[in-house]
Amino acid sequence: MYELKFDPELCASCETIDCLMKCQYISFDLQTAREERDRLNRGEDSFVLHDCVTCYACEEYCQFGNHPFYQIVDLQEEKGIWPTPKPIVHSQIKMYSPKGTFEPKEVEGTAFNMCLFPDFRDSIKGKLFEDTTQLFGRDLFCNLVYLHYAKASVIRERVPQIIKNFASCGIQELVCFHDECYATYKSWAPAYGIEVPFKPVHLFQFLIDRLKENRSAIKKLGFKVAYQRPCSTRLVPETEPMLDELFELIGVDRVPRKYDRETPLCCGAIMRASGREELADEINKKNIEDMLDAGASLCVFNCQGCYAAMGEMVAQAGLRPILVHDLCKLAIGEKV
Amino acid sequence: MDRVYNALKEIVGERFVSNQQEELYLYSRDPGTMDPVWPDYVVMPASTEEVQKIVMLANQEKIPLVPQGGGLVLSGLTIPLKGGILVDMKRMNRIIEVNKNSRYVIVEAGCSHGLLQSYLNQNYPDLRHSLPDSPPISTVGGNVCIHGSGHLSQVYGFHSDMVNGMEVVLPTGEICKIGSCSTSPYWFARAPLPDLAGLFLGWFGTTGIMTKISLKLYPHKRMKDVMLFLTENPEYISDIIYKVTDTEVAEDITISCAPKPDWMDGFQLTSIAIVGRNKAELDFKFRTIRSALASYIDSREGGFMYMPPAMKHNFTEVPLRSTARFADVKKGGGFEYVGAIMPVDKFPDAYRAGHEIAQRCETTYSLSARIIGRAHCMMFSCAYAFNRADKADVDRAKQALHETNKAVLELGGIPWKAEFPAQQLILERMDPNTLRLMEQVRKLMDPNGIMNPGNWEVK
Ligand SMILES: Cc1cc2nc3c(=O)[nH]c(=O)nc-3n(C[C@H](O)[C@H](O)[C@H](O)COP(=O)(O)OP(=O)(O)OC[C@H]3O[C@@H](n4cnc5c(N)ncnc54)[C@H](O)[C@@H]3O)c2cc1C
Ligand code: SF4
Ligand code: SF4
Repeated sequence: MYELKFDPELCASCETIDCLMKCQYISFDLQTAREERDRLNRGEDSFVLHDCVTCYACEEYCQFGNHPFYQIVDLQEEKGIWPTPKPIVHSQIKMYSPKGTFEPKEVEGTAFNMCLFPDFRDSIKGKLFEDTTQLFGRDLFCNLVYLHYAKASVIRERVPQIIKNFASCGIQELVCFHDECYATYKSWAPAYGIEVPFKPVHLFQFLIDRLKENRSAIKKLGFKVAYQRPCSTRLVPETEPMLDELFELIGVDRVPRKYDRETPLCCGAIMRASGREELADEINKKNIEDMLDAGASLCVFNCQGCYAAMGEMVAQAGLRPILVHDLCKLAIGEKV
Repeated sequence: MDRVYNALKEIVGERFVSNQQEELYLYSRDPGTMDPVWPDYVVMPASTEEVQKIVMLANQEKIPLVPQGGGLVLSGLTIPLKGGILVDMKRMNRIIEVNKNSRYVIVEAGCSHGLLQSYLNQNYPDLRHSLPDSPPISTVGGNVCIHGSGHLSQVYGFHSDMVNGMEVVLPTGEICKIGSCSTSPYWFARAPLPDLAGLFLGWFGTTGIMTKISLKLYPHKRMKDVMLFLTENPEYISDIIYKVTDTEVAEDITISCAPKPDWMDGFQLTSIAIVGRNKAELDFKFRTIRSALASYIDSREGGFMYMPPAMKHNFTEVPLRSTARFADVKKGGGFEYVGAIMPVDKFPDAYRAGHEIAQRCETTYSLSARIIGRAHCMMFSCAYAFNRADKADVDRAKQALHETNKAVLELGGIPWKAEFPAQQLILERMDPNTLRLMEQVRKLMDPNGIMNPGNWEVK
């Protein structure tokens, strides 16, 4: 079985314990953070394992790339701690289980991984998406969502086969529509020593390249947008500058606000699933108020899950919800 | 027999009577497992007076009469077991009066639920009636005749409990009013008079033909939401229902435990509808129900399924189309279910028996329950879909229905809108004095034995 590459020695010499000190959902003083970190590193129980809302953020906060969040998830599972009620976890594991009968698909042009979002297939059309072949389905689902459910074992079991399924399509590169898929192949798989025989390409990079090819069609949009940064970006924060470049290309102003960049707030979906409704309500409220205070008129999503969870809410608050690829389509004069 | 045909033609006009095979064929069967029996005539009256004349004719000719609304009861109760005249009530679909402030509507018995729903939506958006999940063509009369239930039953009881009064053509031809309308111009209640509605409600058209019905209406709060509580232990359900109904803020409560889709197998999904005039009311109800079930969430034994707002429609629409979709899952148009009316604490036993029987009989099945009243009882449904063109499939469903009916009675429940064989199982167990009373009532009301004969009679 694949083991997490986690180095307790790094923590021993770490002075800031950023992984815990910067947590937006659990408060620590440095002494407590160090004690709990030591506990975790000895494989002992800690209140962190119970109070963690699985926002993925500590993975970004650790400057040493030491995978503190993946370690938390492994420990939660090992100790039988359930961040989410058991029936929800069990049903989700069943719901997205691979069919196990994957037929390699002939890929023409760019392989475009739609993950488990078939409803968005029709929106992946137009100039920017010419010469792409969409791949989707349970046998290609990244499964990373089980991090929220303390079920890394399911990811470990499924991801190697999913990678094989993609590879069997003969692809060199895989554009990921879902941020979390990209994070799976770029962060999670390497952290567990799982080889990825193709190059994952982030949607932002793909859009930048395609927009550049269609530069003459771009009309700067001039919108002020609030960006809803998804949890999976915590695993691949290196994609942030790509988004800035993308926004610049299409003439969109990402308004500076309290809950963006290193301090975004969760969309609340996973908190609701784990029974923390009040917390979800509270952070949604704070988040949307912050978007409005910052003067945004649109809320841009990169994660389809966040879009489903918050789209209606932001619309009711007077902000237009839009996915980033749709925003790019608008910029070249296409309808969304 | 042409004499009967001609007399019927005289009553309703040529267009609305038939003795043609291709038309009788349609009325000889329903989507369930009961074998077809052909009526001799089918007639579609347009008024109480026409119904009265048909009843008098049937008495004169000593020929059976079987009333039919939408014909969707599924358990053969509108199959004319002894032939005769099938009275199709669908032309009597007028909405006669809405009394807004007293919250009732008077409809003709053949008025469909779909028609009433859209009429109220258009003209009285603040009012609604309780809808069953049957296809919209099912009728108000047919539904109250069988003690139907629906989206407001958790709050207000069976649909027959929502009847204020009615006009009936007795088996001997008299037009009779029941409830306040017998004494007053208003159709507001069955009290304070002796309650004669029990002579017709739940009698499956064996004691007369309802022609008008006053149905209670209820406030229509426009904002809706649904809370989906998932468990994987049927033993928890009656406690969950007790806790949720104790809050008195939930509307419809159903529990679905279907083996399909695969990911649902082994789980129980309790769907709790809530409504409100505004978001604050909805939020309050949401919080109240959530805290009622906090112990399950804290112990991680149950949890609310997260559902993005856009997907909630599948659970909040009325009627729910998913039931009708399952009904045709085998594409052969065959569908029947044992709807067991039973105490809620029998849920785990019914759940186990339902799965066990369906699996043993190798039928396509689905299990679900709807709570009636504040958990006063439930309608536990073991539904079987089959292909009517495939005899082996029909036989498997028949066998499963039979075994389910027996199991339900063993558990202390009673099969609802029972088909003929299940009626016999019920009658066998019934207190002999009750049985005798039923027989005496029927004989007294219907001396010629013309009303839906064969049904609810001791073999
Ligand atoms: C997919 C599906 C979902 C369903 N869901 C529900 C549900 O949620 N709740 C529910 O209650 N039922 C449900 N049903 C069962 C049934 O369809 C309904 O109860 C329906 O309302 C019955 O009405 P009907 O007009 O079709 O009755 P019919 O089948 O026409 O008649 C039912 C009985 O009433 C008698 N009758 C009809 N009209 C009169 C009258 N005017 N006077 C005297 N007797 C009369 C008939 O002789 C018969 O015995 C469902 C059925 C299907 C197919
Ligand atoms: S996980 Fe990273 S941030 Fe946390 S203590 Fe270890 S090295 Fe420091
Ligand atoms: S995942 Fe988020 S909530 Fe959990 S410990 Fe890390 S930063 Fe805190």
